[in-house]
Amino acid sequence: MDRITLGHGSGGRQMHKLIDSLFLKAFSNPILNQKRDSAVLNIGNKKIAFTTDSYVVDPIFFPGGDIGSLAIYGTVNDLSVCGARALYISVGAVIEEGLDGSVLERIVRSMAEAAKKAGVRIVTGDTKVVEKGSCDRIFINTSGIGEVYYEGLSTDKIAPGDSVIVSGPVGDHAISVLSKREGIEFGTIVRSDSAPLDKLIWKVLRSSKKVRFMRDPTRGGLATTLNEIALGAKSGIAIEERDVPVRPPVRQACELLGLDPLYLACEGRVIIIAAKEDGPRILKTLGADKAGRGAKIIGSVTGDRSARVYLNTIAGGKRIIDMLSGEQLPRIC
Amino acid sequence: MKYIDEFRSRALTSRLISRIRSVADEGREYRYMEVCGTHTMAIFKYGLRELLPRNIRLISGPGCPVCVTPLEYLDRAIAIAGLPKVIITTFGDMLRVPGSSSTLENERAGGKHIKVVYSTDDALDIANRNTDKEVVFLGVGFETTVPTVAASIMSAAKQGIHNYSVLCAHKTMPEALGAIMAHRDARIDGFLLPGHVSAITGMKPYGFLAKRYGAGCVAAGFEPVDMLQAILMLMEQKRPIVEVQYKRIVDPLGNRLARKAIEKVFEKSSSEWRGIGKLKNSGLRIRKEFSRFDASLKFRVKTVRPREDKSCICGAVLKGIKTPVDCKLFGKKCTPADPVGSCMVSSEGTCAAYYKYGRR
Repeated sequence: MDRITLGHGSGGRQMHKLIDSLFLKAFSNPILNQKRDSAVLNIGNKKIAFTTDSYVVDPIFFPGGDIGSLAIYGTVNDLSVCGARALYISVGAVIEEGLDGSVLERIVRSMAEAAKKAGVRIVTGDTKVVEKGSCDRIFINTSGIGEVYYEGLSTDKIAPGDSVIVSGPVGDHAISVLSKREGIEFGTIVRSDSAPLDKLIWKVLRSSKKVRFMRDPTRGGLATTLNEIALGAKSGIAIEERDVPVRPPVRQACELLGLDPLYLACEGRVIIIAAKEDGPRILKTLGADKAGRGAKIIGSVTGDRSARVYLNTIAGGKRIIDMLSGEQLPRIC
Repeated sequence: MKYIDEFRSRALTSRLISRIRSVADEGREYRYMEVCGTHTMAIFKYGLRELLPRNIRLISGPGCPVCVTPLEYLDRAIAIAGLPKVIITTFGDMLRVPGSSSTLENERAGGKHIKVVYSTDDALDIANRNTDKEVVFLGVGFETTVPTVAASIMSAAKQGIHNYSVLCAHKTMPEALGAIMAHRDARIDGFLLPGHVSAITGMKPYGFLAKRYGAGCVAAGFEPVDMLQAILMLMEQKRPIVEVQYKRIVDPLGNRLARKAIEKVFEKSSSEWRGIGKLKNSGLRIRKEFSRFDASLKFRVKTVRPREDKSCICGAVLKGIKTPVDCKLFGKKCTPADPVGSCMVSSEGTCAAYYKYGRR
């Protein structure tokens, strides 16, 4: 096997290859093989969702959030998109020797607040300190369990004609972190969209019984997540470039740095695939909540079995959008 | 977004398309080379190819800086990265370009100090903050990029920064286009000239393409409306001339200040273009008076003459003689995640653009 590079962690094709060829092979079981955001487990007569995620964001504080709240919301969201109510969370912290105590305090306070906001309790944890240089200030792992209240969300349910909905503008989180890290400003400060989606998703699932599938477009962005959905559903997806919501400063940043907003990570958005007739109702439900403001229907599931994602461009052309390959690299010119 | 949305307007693109259709002579083929990698990307990104009549062929040119940078340069950069107390600074696209046996990305994963920067200012900054280290900037790119690299060397000289140097592989565009036209297999009717390179060079250096080779030239911007208008301008030329479509950026006389900076720090030299070969006067090297900033003199490293994969046809692709789908590696052994040839590596490379946007 080759050396692991950052490309293997960027959420795109390389990471999928690594997961499929190594982890899935070694750990293979019917639950894991579904590759969902959370594992859905039958325990007694209850359906429980279980998930885990690690957070290594640099910088640890950024406009609109920090590593602490991100770690809580990320896990809450992974449970929520599986139709589960997040209940309990564990926190594991790997701390670099020399980290300022006040920084740690700030992060922990932020986690406590985030947990309160999302209605979850942090019930167990672990702390490790490693030598300077062995990690970058602080890495946090969170695992969470939740109670499944809405069953049947699955890519198998996706049918031609279904609407593709995104709950708000894409790319805010990636640009917020990037601009803070690189010290580049784009007219206004771009705040991360990092937020808990539990209540928003609960409302959506209450308003419509025809939601087929949901996923939050984190690493690899909208494009990669739509590709995952298309592969799972074995069905094509077509989206309209002009309908994809992107905030002006995020667009400006992308133009300047040569990045594609379709590949930028979000931390408080969800992609919803639902029956076409329920699209407008879901949109209304989303729009009525602060976390779903700016939601749009961006496209639909097509009948073809290509499992490709197509973009109808703003100029009237058409192109394939693939998963991210490696990291998105800023260009020379 | 102002000055962007207007140039992506569907109303304008469809008007241009119908004009192009009405002007096009069905009996002939129009073969136009879009020179710049950003053009290639934009053509695919906006799906322009399928909007155009079938007898207009767009051929991707050699204007992707990463793609034409020779293997040997990468091997040298990787060797320098292996020296103690060296920090390599580079624009992002160089990271995944395969050298003979490794990539900068792979070396970074192995612990070498390799940093992606967004400008030469960042590189100088790193030099200032790490006075105990040597900071080497990978100077790759055409006339658009060179002025800022020249400025960084002048700044370093002025501020007395001694731990900064540039590994220079800069190239200039007109000579490469001449070499393409001189090739016996080349059949190019006109060029969409690189907009931002032209903003620096002005239009004079391209006159010979029209005069000697009869190829029409239009300096084109990078938005869909820009490129469609430039194609229409080429089609409507009565005889081959050099024109500017990208008027909001390109002054036909170019940018004198930027050229002065280039001339002060660099001088013309012959240069190796990956896939094309050595071309006279097509490169830039650092002048003697600035030689202390020349990383190729500062760090003596040994590299073995590298071997390219024999099945790779990047050279013919860069010259516009073949297209990526003619290559048996394309999409199989050679993909963006694991590229063999240089045109697959950069997001602007012809093969990467075909792979990303053009597969059916």
